[in-house]
Amino acid sequence: MTQDTRRSAEAAARSSYGRLLALLAVSARDLAAAEDALAEAFVAALRSWPEKGVPDNPEAWLLTVAQREVGRVRRHGGVRAAAAATLETLYRESAERTDSLPDRRLALLFVCAHPAIDEAIRTPLMLQTVLGLDAARIADAFLVAPTTMSQRLVRAKNKIRATGIRFAEPGPEDLPGRLEAVLDAIYAAYGAGWDALPGAEGEIAGFTSEAIFLARLLVNLLPAAPEAKGLLALMLYCEARAPARRGAEGGFVPLAEQDPARWSREAIVEAEALLREAAQAKQFGRYQCEAAIQSLHVQRGITGRGHWHALLALYDLLAERAPSLGALVAGAAVRAEAGQPVAALAALDALPAKRVEHYQPYWVTRTHILSRLGLDSLEARTKALSLTRDPAVRAHLEVR
Amino acid sequence: MQYMLIFAESEIDFAKRDDPAEAPAYWGAWNAYISAMRSAGVIVSGEGLQPPHTATTVRLRNGERLVHDGPYADSKEALGGFFVIEARDLDGALEWAAQSPAALYGSVEVRPTLPPPPEAA
Repeated sequence: MTQDTRRSAEAAARSSYGRLLALLAVSARDLAAAEDALAEAFVAALRSWPEKGVPDNPEAWLLTVAQREVGRVRRHGGVRAAAAATLETLYRESAERTDSLPDRRLALLFVCAHPAIDEAIRTPLMLQTVLGLDAARIADAFLVAPTTMSQRLVRAKNKIRATGIRFAEPGPEDLPGRLEAVLDAIYAAYGAGWDALPGAEGEIAGFTSEAIFLARLLVNLLPAAPEAKGLLALMLYCEARAPARRGAEGGFVPLAEQDPARWSREAIVEAEALLREAAQAKQFGRYQCEAAIQSLHVQRGITGRGHWHALLALYDLLAERAPSLGALVAGAAVRAEAGQPVAALAALDALPAKRVEHYQPYWVTRTHILSRLGLDSLEARTKALSLTRDPAVRAHLEVR
Repeated sequence: MQYMLIFAESEIDFAKRDDPAEAPAYWGAWNAYISAMRSAGVIVSGEGLQPPHTATTVRLRNGERLVHDGPYADSKEALGGFFVIEARDLDGALEWAAQSPAALYGSVEVRPTLPPPPEAA
């Protein structure tokens, strides 16, 4: 199989898994039971298909078997006849309409990012349930032991079942708050992939594409939500530049020195279009703001024009909406580029020492601004180097 | 499903109950809340509780009965009352919890009640 064929096969499997699990979980209102039943259905398929041939509609086949399994386990446990009845209805419905299964993955995304679920487990829960990734792989990217990750996932699923969290899309009135949690969890998946990127190969580096898959799914399922488009655009801008982050010998290449010819044109065009569509809703938000910032960075690479003041205005907006440490430090870096290095240094000084102590971008930015001002930057540089794990980035900092 | 809404209030809130200036607003808010739940038909049971200083706690240790003055845990907020309600799901229960006066100034813990034990086969 070529790389592309393998990728599209993976995407199809992933899409199918999430769809089936969402349907099962929504009807059973129990993620863990739905997962077990789906696993049973896959086992049954491995037994039956080689003998009897692949059914006309494999998804409907898997769904039917899994639904019977949920029903069987339910009856065995002697619980909730009502849920069994719902299942029966669904079973009949799906048997009648085997050609198109409804997509309930949006409800599943919202369950995973429910405010009653611990924030730290929302992203892993999405990766496992919507994309079918195994706990060990997720554990790797989140730097915890596989058993720990499995336990946390099980605990979260138990809470979903025990507390009876609603398996439905939230209504219009609570959509904004709930959507933000879904977006944040998807972005965290992207971050987990991106942070692992330097030096990491293969498996771990893969979460960026998983996050993009989820964001794309969200844009399709909620076409009226501009922030979903903003998030997808933001990640596409970053992805577009990923190939240019490494030089010919694997060395780190900072944004300002990247060769725009190595950026993915396709990703940039898609991102620009998404950002324009999002703007039409006239509901500005954090992710559109971050995407707009990336858009300007990309334009600078192509046209050579800095747009520093526009960038600064966007960073100020971002600091109001989502004052993350990353946004504040990047804002200070842009302020220095916009010809206000003294104010930029003051902005860095204003950040609490405890928060920035181990934050590498802070020390890199500080080094840069201090040397620009002709001030002693040795201490900041030493600190920045001590916090840099990626050898390519270290080499880059040392040369400077 | 059934959920217990557990209302936690601070000392200041408990004091409002008997303060001539505050009591009408305090009880008015609770009465409005309770009648909204009653007309929706969601209440299974519920009680308000007297303030924590009326509490007495009992423990049995090594066959000895230890009785002491005060609630089981000393904290800023104390149990002020509870309702067991019928709701379709957690989100429905949270909706009722959020409408309570305690959500505004104290906090409301929402917990599903234990389902009846499985019948012996």
